[in-house]
Amino acid sequence: MDIRSQVSMVFHLDKCIGCHTCSIACKNIWTDRKGAEYMWWNNVETKPGTGYPTKWEDQGIYKGGWEKNGDSISLKGAGKFKGLFNIFHNPHLPVLDDYYEPWTYKYTDLIESPEGDDQPTARPVSLITGKPIDIKSGPNWDDDLSGSPDYARQDPNLESLSPGEREAMFQLERMAFYYLPRICNHCLNPACVASCPSGAIYKRGEDGVVLINQKVCRAWRMCVTACPYKKSYYNWSTGKSEKCILCYPRLEAGLAPACMHSCVGRIRYLGVMLYDADKVQEIAASDGDLVQNQLDMILNPFDEEIIKAAKANGVADSTIKAAQNSPVYKFVKEWGIALPLHPEFRTLPMLFYVPPLLPVMASISEKNNKAQSEQLDPIAKFWDDQWLYDTSTEEIWGSVDQVRFPMKYMASLFTNGDEEKVKDVIRKLMAVRIHRRGKTVGDIDSVKVEKVLSDTRMSADTADEIYYLTSLAKFDDRFVIPPAHREQAFEMLEHTSDMKGATGFGFKEAPSRGM
Amino acid sequence: MTWLYNFLFIALPYVALTVFLIGTIYRYRGTKFKFSSLSSEFLEGKKLFWGSVPFHWSIIILFFQHLTAFLLPDAILLWNAQPLRLLILEVSSFILGITAFVGLFFLIFRRTTTSRVRAVTTSMDLILEGILFIQIFLGLWVAYGYRWGSSWFASALSPYLKSIFYLNPQIDVVAAAPLVIQLHIALAFVIVLLVPFTRLVHLLVYPLAYLWRPYQRVMWYWNKDKIRNPKTPWTLFPPKNN
Repeated sequence: MDIRSQVSMVFHLDKCIGCHTCSIACKNIWTDRKGAEYMWWNNVETKPGTGYPTKWEDQGIYKGGWEKNGDSISLKGAGKFKGLFNIFHNPHLPVLDDYYEPWTYKYTDLIESPEGDDQPTARPVSLITGKPIDIKSGPNWDDDLSGSPDYARQDPNLESLSPGEREAMFQLERMAFYYLPRICNHCLNPACVASCPSGAIYKRGEDGVVLINQKVCRAWRMCVTACPYKKSYYNWSTGKSEKCILCYPRLEAGLAPACMHSCVGRIRYLGVMLYDADKVQEIAASDGDLVQNQLDMILNPFDEEIIKAAKANGVADSTIKAAQNSPVYKFVKEWGIALPLHPEFRTLPMLFYVPPLLPVMASISEKNNKAQSEQLDPIAKFWDDQWLYDTSTEEIWGSVDQVRFPMKYMASLFTNGDEEKVKDVIRKLMAVRIHRRGKTVGDIDSVKVEKVLSDTRMSADTADEIYYLTSLAKFDDRFVIPPAHREQAFEMLEHTSDMKGATGFGFKEAPSRGM
Repeated sequence: MTWLYNFLFIALPYVALTVFLIGTIYRYRGTKFKFSSLSSEFLEGKKLFWGSVPFHWSIIILFFQHLTAFLLPDAILLWNAQPLRLLILEVSSFILGITAFVGLFFLIFRRTTTSRVRAVTTSMDLILEGILFIQIFLGLWVAYGYRWGSSWFASALSPYLKSIFYLNPQIDVVAAAPLVIQLHIALAFVIVLLVPFTRLVHLLVYPLAYLWRPYQRVMWYWNKDKIRNPKTPWTLFPPKNN
């Protein structure tokens, strides 16, 4: 057993309001530079939608991730031979137009234009060429289902749905969407690391953060192809690839990453989990229930044996303690209500998502079709009260089957098509609400509440705990960051006495483009 | 003319090799961040295919052909002993030369006409592409006009190149060679000279090591096994894992 710790995250999608504050916090700190303007290490997508870069989930186009090859797995679009063969021209590389051309406006024209008959305008200019451009797309062009025919209907996850189900999703009165914030998954079996010909990308042993060594990267661009989440970006100006660094300078100082800290919906949780690194390859190549296999690899930090093995392997006591308090462990393992994004890419992503209950849970039904038609305002055609937007719990689990949002769609995102698994999570989330309603409002009788809890194999205490961590959790409950032991980390960079009297640590060479 | 030949075939090679050696080592150690192939595929991916792929593959094969003729002249002469084999070698190399030439033409065309690529083009890129263009053109001219190059390179030029490395330059043969061949040789040394000042450094870091490294890479601050072993002697620098 080779026990390591991994900094891991949970995103509670029910709470995400799609405000993009996380994206802006990240952009302001890390990617507000030449060559990185188009990068969004953190971005928020509307689902259904094509996302950023366009259709990133469609590995038929981008060839990202791993694919099963007999008993083992191999990289789909990169790898030793494919990578070196395609090194002069990578056929699956997303190009700038798959993201968007970054732009600014010529604001000075507004005040410096000569006097004339026309009002001066600030024309958009490309941040790459400096020439005026027509803005065709942006990083969140499909926000809130805007431009649905072009974006939402092109969502690769809709392929698992029948044409009828697909049409039903886009009927105006049934339309629903939710937000999906995405950062680098800091996978256990990262495809970007495996694809890098230079060996510039590595996973940190202590906390599992995946980083690109900027001095070793040679712009072979294979990581951009290999990452199925398209979270490795090519800096066109410096000729180096860059990716989310999980704000490791902040993490090491005990601060939450910028995206997490700034989240206004408080949807994000961060903590460490212990896992068995010996099993990574076996699990990544496993058959059957990929989600369950991945969860099996995550170890119980309260188990005496595991604590002993972890200590023997050099995991610090403070890290084990953090793993015991980890909110992520609770969501993912104890309660089983958080799922990984696209487990079928086989990178073992370590970001987990609590699937949204709404709009999934609300179902609409027509009470009386005839009465409805008569009452319909012939001009405004609004829907009146005869349409029932049903969020009630009359039929306890019936509404799970009548959801506005097809379970197939959710399953294609989170469980490799296993609808039962998503339904199970949804039922658990509902059970917590029913239990709390019974407790606080009191209009649900206790027999029903007990049935709901037993159906979902939960105790009342567990439901209360889920409720607490979902709704009331304080900052320190949501972010359990173990000490980074900088006394060790420091010497990774430089030997302190060597740098005595010098200007500082880290980059002593300006990160500018080569000759 | 002796001074010119002395300059082109004795001084220039030594200057070029010295600058190449010191320049690349200095650049690798001092400005590691600037070691990059500076790919522009991200900005323009379609036209690149028609330039980059033919150019790179053929120039690599041609480079190794030149290297073989330089290092193993006897092998080349033995191969060329039969006229048919000589013809195969010469014709295939000439085709490769044309492929590289056309590929490079596409690359120059793409670099100068695509506005996005122009945004990341330095004057050194254009100078380098111009020199390579002339060099391949001269190479094709030599191959066409002074047959059979593979044989006389092995028998006449290889001793000259070796004499440079033996620090005893013998330039009689190159001094007597036709102008085109002389230019081709001199320009080759100019290209060697330019390596540390251009993006050509990327060919020195071609990632062959990828073939025998494991796919996954994990790095630790310290080698935790060693640091915890009481038998590990104390050192100024703690034992690193990678």
